Amino acid sequence: MSVTIPPHVRPKHPPDLELVGVTKRFGAFTANEAVSLKVKAGTFHALIGENGAGKSTLVKCIMGYHLADEGDILVGGHSREIRNPQDAYEYGIGMVYQHFTLVPAMTVAENLVLSRPDLPAIINWRNEFDRLYAFMRTAPFQIDLDTPASQLAAGEKQKVEILKQLYLDSKFLILDEPTSVLTPAEADEVLGLLRAKVVAGELSVLLITHKFSQVLNFCDDVTVLRRGRQTGSGRVKDLTADQMAAMMMGGQREPKIVPKAATAPGPVSLALRGLCADRDNGVPALVGVDLEVRAGEVVGIAGISGNGQRELVEVIAGQREATGGEIRVQGEVYTSTRAEACRHQVFLLPEEPLRNACVPHMGVAENLALRTFDQPPLARAGFFVSQARIRAKGRELIARYGIKTRSPDTPIGDLSGGNVQRAVLARELGSGTARVLVAANPCFGLDFAAVETIHGQITEARNRGVGVLLVSEDLDELLALADRIVVIAHGRFVYETTPATADITTIGHHMAGH
Amino acid sequence: MNASESIGWWGVVLGIFAGALRGGTPFLLVSLGECLTEKSGKINLGLEGTLLMGAMSAYAVSYHSGNPWLGVIAAFGTGAGLGAIHALLVSRPKVNDVAAGIAMLIFGSGLAFYLGKSYIRPSAPQLPALSLGGWSELPQLQAALKLSPLFVLGAGLAFLLSWAFNCTRWGLRVRAVGDAPVAALALGMSVKKVRFVAIVLGSAIAGLGGAHLSLFYPGAWTEAISSGQGLMAVALVIFARWRPVHCLYASMIFGGTQAIAPALQAIGITSGYYLWNAAPYVLTLVVMVITCSPKRTLAGSPGALGTSS
Repeated sequence: MSVTIPPHVRPKHPPDLELVGVTKRFGAFTANEAVSLKVKAGTFHALIGENGAGKSTLVKCIMGYHLADEGDILVGGHSREIRNPQDAYEYGIGMVYQHFTLVPAMTVAENLVLSRPDLPAIINWRNEFDRLYAFMRTAPFQIDLDTPASQLAAGEKQKVEILKQLYLDSKFLILDEPTSVLTPAEADEVLGLLRAKVVAGELSVLLITHKFSQVLNFCDDVTVLRRGRQTGSGRVKDLTADQMAAMMMGGQREPKIVPKAATAPGPVSLALRGLCADRDNGVPALVGVDLEVRAGEVVGIAGISGNGQRELVEVIAGQREATGGEIRVQGEVYTSTRAEACRHQVFLLPEEPLRNACVPHMGVAENLALRTFDQPPLARAGFFVSQARIRAKGRELIARYGIKTRSPDTPIGDLSGGNVQRAVLARELGSGTARVLVAANPCFGLDFAAVETIHGQITEARNRGVGVLLVSEDLDELLALADRIVVIAHGRFVYETTPATADITTIGHHMAGH
Repeated sequence: MNASESIGWWGVVLGIFAGALRGGTPFLLVSLGECLTEKSGKINLGLEGTLLMGAMSAYAVSYHSGNPWLGVIAAFGTGAGLGAIHALLVSRPKVNDVAAGIAMLIFGSGLAFYLGKSYIRPSAPQLPALSLGGWSELPQLQAALKLSPLFVLGAGLAFLLSWAFNCTRWGLRVRAVGDAPVAALALGMSVKKVRFVAIVLGSAIAGLGGAHLSLFYPGAWTEAISSGQGLMAVALVIFARWRPVHCLYASMIFGGTQAIAPALQAIGITSGYYLWNAAPYVLTLVVMVITCSPKRTLAGSPGALGTSS
């Protein structure tokens, strides 16, 4: 288990990093073709591109998960072979992953300490906590060190991932869409703090992102990938968002925004009355919340992750038992059984869809049929399930929603995040019969083409008269889609506003729980 | 008999207490081994076989060498060997650990019965007891406090493991591998190596339980010696929520309930003898019903347990 130490001293200052003609193939598929980029020491570099453009593969070559088939990686001016993440660590390179790499059963402190490659055989927790507290004093955000990682919401996990790299004293940070689950203010704060470290010459950052605002506000240079090839690069101050979009999409393209129809909201379709719920550890997460969502209305729930949103969605989904209060759908008490969900046509786009809405080892078509496999036409006599019909129905949805999969039988766990989300969207909204839709961070980690599709689908559903409850940590998303915005803090709804009258500072103030 | 009657119901309590220490030791050692194995994310259902092989080999080595401590070492080594087979099997892709464990159970017990045929008759040197009851006049108390050295070892091991899981690099790595193998890989750990060590060591500890059976209590080699204790210990780990120190308490409760029937018999209560013998199983069910809750997740269960990752 010992870490081999290459003849090289871990840098105290950010190194120059240069990729020259890096090509990576997987069988017949070329993920990266002759990509070159240079990140000068102490600069903030953006790597942008659509989903599947090869950004993740490229950075995995830097991190040593993949070995490039051709090309060179230069660290500090010397060609280096990075065979595994330990090698990358030795060169001072660290990465914050899109998928979380925390051990759920361990506390934040244990997770941070475990990541130390120079961890002593016997851990003196007093010393470790001294170090951790000293580190946390300089950290850009605070997380309770004794909380198990499994109790953290997505946004908090993302913060711990960033903290972990800072704790490891990495000098070259690769961030794979790190801000997707942070509130805009938090994202700006995090990037601003990293930016300050970059300006001070303590850090270089390679940021993978979809958000042009982040590129424009925080980055020095940008490299654009499209289908594995480099389609543009340059200094950010010489470029506009439109030019970067053109490089990404391969030509100018008009965004397709589905307009919100001006309809008066209908009768109440979803109502929460004094709803209470506990976290996994028995601590109250929701403290008696009341809410009404009318037909043809999108109600947005804004808040910093970990304030009860996850539990709220889980109670409505039937994954968690309410400890008090009730849910009513179309005036009837709703206890989230399959029969009730079917009768009232309640649909869900939960966060982490692979975990919360899919059976990873089952095929895409079977997952698409999870709502309807026991009903005609997919089942005969309510008992005999027709695989042929499931597959046919699956093919139709796969084509209609542009889900990229090798076949309808491919396990859904093998699909990329964006395609899993599309598949869930297809299942939940494909029939067009939804009357209530609950969506939680539906666009986490998706590129803007996918985001546009999902936003379009939600707005269309609203226009059709569906009552939509949209829980999101992305304030821009709520401002674009919601008719009303409710802010949740510490398990309570503390503030309500409409996008037209919304003031971001006020919302942020309430989100912080003041 | 007279002495028993003279202290009346206290005799029952003492009998149960003595049973907890003596009869609980195999539960303790097997459950600690299983706890370690499961913390790394794999299940070893073959520990019943390991227990039998441990008992047989300890007895045989003690018989031939005349030194029971060599028997203990033999049981440890046999356990490690069986564990290594299991570890190699489950490290292969697409090998299910439950199926492999059942195969190892049948293999281990079959091998023990085959090799142990000639050791059923002769008597082997036994492990010396640690007598802690010298201060008391009561012969029952003195008898109850004749501790198995392996019980002392097991109790120490429970605290040692508990400490190791929280305060050593190795312990944290075992937990990481058992809870989130993907995260462990991202942290640069070798999931296979960590699991191999955990499974081999766990199986070796379970082998020590066998040495207690054949060299201390009941103190002979027979084919019925384990009577399913190796399998019950697996359930005991769940009951103890994967915490080593709770394994200690749980095995003492199990050992104690096993001794209810004999202890009652000793004061002349013989009715329902066989019913009392079922007490450990009833206890398991009762505890499971009380502690399980649909609202909470099974706290402590390693995340990778029962998955193919």
